[in-house]
Amino acid sequence: MPGPYGYTVWFICTLLEASVVVCAVKKNAFRRYLLLNTYMAVSVVADIARYNILSHYGYVSKEYLYFYYYSDALLTVALYLALISLFVQVFKELSAEKFVILGACLLLTGTSLFSYLVIQQSTGRLLTRFVVELSQNLYFVGLVLTYVLWGAILKLRETRAQLVQLVLSLGIYFSLFAANYAIRNLYPAASGISISLLQFLGCFLPLAWAYAFWRIPEDARLAPATLAVIPR
Amino acid sequence: MMAAVILICSVVLMLQFFISYCRSLIAACAKEPLPIEVQEVTGIVRTASAEDFSRVVQLLKLCPERPEDRSSLRAVGAYYHFLGFVRSTVALAVPSLKSWADGERAQCSYFAAVALGRRIAFSRDLLAQQMLP
Repeated sequence: MPGPYGYTVWFICTLLEASVVVCAVKKNAFRRYLLLNTYMAVSVVADIARYNILSHYGYVSKEYLYFYYYSDALLTVALYLALISLFVQVFKELSAEKFVILGACLLLTGTSLFSYLVIQQSTGRLLTRFVVELSQNLYFVGLVLTYVLWGAILKLRETRAQLVQLVLSLGIYFSLFAANYAIRNLYPAASGISISLLQFLGCFLPLAWAYAFWRIPEDARLAPATLAVIPR
Repeated sequence: MMAAVILICSVVLMLQFFISYCRSLIAACAKEPLPIEVQEVTGIVRTASAEDFSRVVQLLKLCPERPEDRSSLRAVGAYYHFLGFVRSTVALAVPSLKSWADGERAQCSYFAAVALGRRIAFSRDLLAQQMLP
C-alpha cells in the first residue's frame, strides 16, 4: 500500500499532468502538440482510474495489478506516439512525415515482436509478461529515438525553443526510466527503492512540459548548436 | 550484461540531455540585461563569475518565491553543483574541462542574477498590491 509519501507524489504528479494540458490550452499550444497533450490527459484519467481501483480492491489485488501494468503499457505506447509527433514536427519542412510515420510503425511492430520472442518461453500469464516487457523495451527504444531526434534538431538547425525544450526534457525522462529499469534488473533487491524513485521521477516530465508551454513563447528562438555537449 | 549496457547508455545519454536542457534554460536569459538594482546588489554588470552563484542564491532566498522560476532555478542549481563536481574530479585529469566548467558556472550565476531581478520586480508588485486600499 502506498504510504503518505507515495500518495503525495502521486497527487502532485496528477496535478502536474493536468497543468500541462491547462498551460497548453491557455497558450494556444494544445493543437500544435496534440499528441503530447493527449498523452498527458490520458495519464490524468489513468491516475484517477488507478486510484479508484486501488481504493475499491486494494493494493495487492489482481484487479489493481492488471490495471496498473496494462494501463502502463498503453501509456508507454501513447508516449511513443507523442515522441513520433515531435519527429513529424521536426521533419515537416523536409516533407518526410510519411516516412517518419512508416518507420515508427515498423519500429513499434519490431519492438512488440522482440518483446514477444523474449517472453514466449515463459509458462502462464503470457499477456501480462508481454505488456511488462513491451513497456521496458519501448522506454529504451524511446530513449534511442529521442537521441536521434536531438541529433536531427542539431543537424537541421531547428531553432524553436519550445520544441527543443520539449525534446530535451523527454530525453531526460526516458533515460531516467531506462536507467531505473536497468538497475531493477541488475539489483532486484533494490526494487522497493527503485519503485518509489520511479514515482518521483514521473513528476519530471509534466513539470518540464508545463514550464515549456507556460514560460517559452511560441516564437522564441535559440541556436541548438550552442546547447550541444560536443560543439558542432 | 544487457541491463548493464542499458544502464551505462542511459546514464551517458541522460547527462547529455541534462546538460543541453540546462543550457537551453540559461540561453533564454543570457541576453537579458540586468536591472540596475541587481547590478548594485550583486556587483555583476555584464558578465558574472563562477563564484557569484552562491551569493546570488543567498539573495534570492531573501525574496518571496515566484512559482514560475522555481523549477528552472532548481535545474540550474543542480547543473551548477554537477559542474562543481566535474571541476573537482574529472577536470583534474583533463585540464581543459576546468575552464569549460568555470565558463558554464559563470553563466549559471548570470541566470540566477536574472532570476533575482525578476523576483525583485515580483516583490515590488506584491507590495504595490498590498498598499492599494
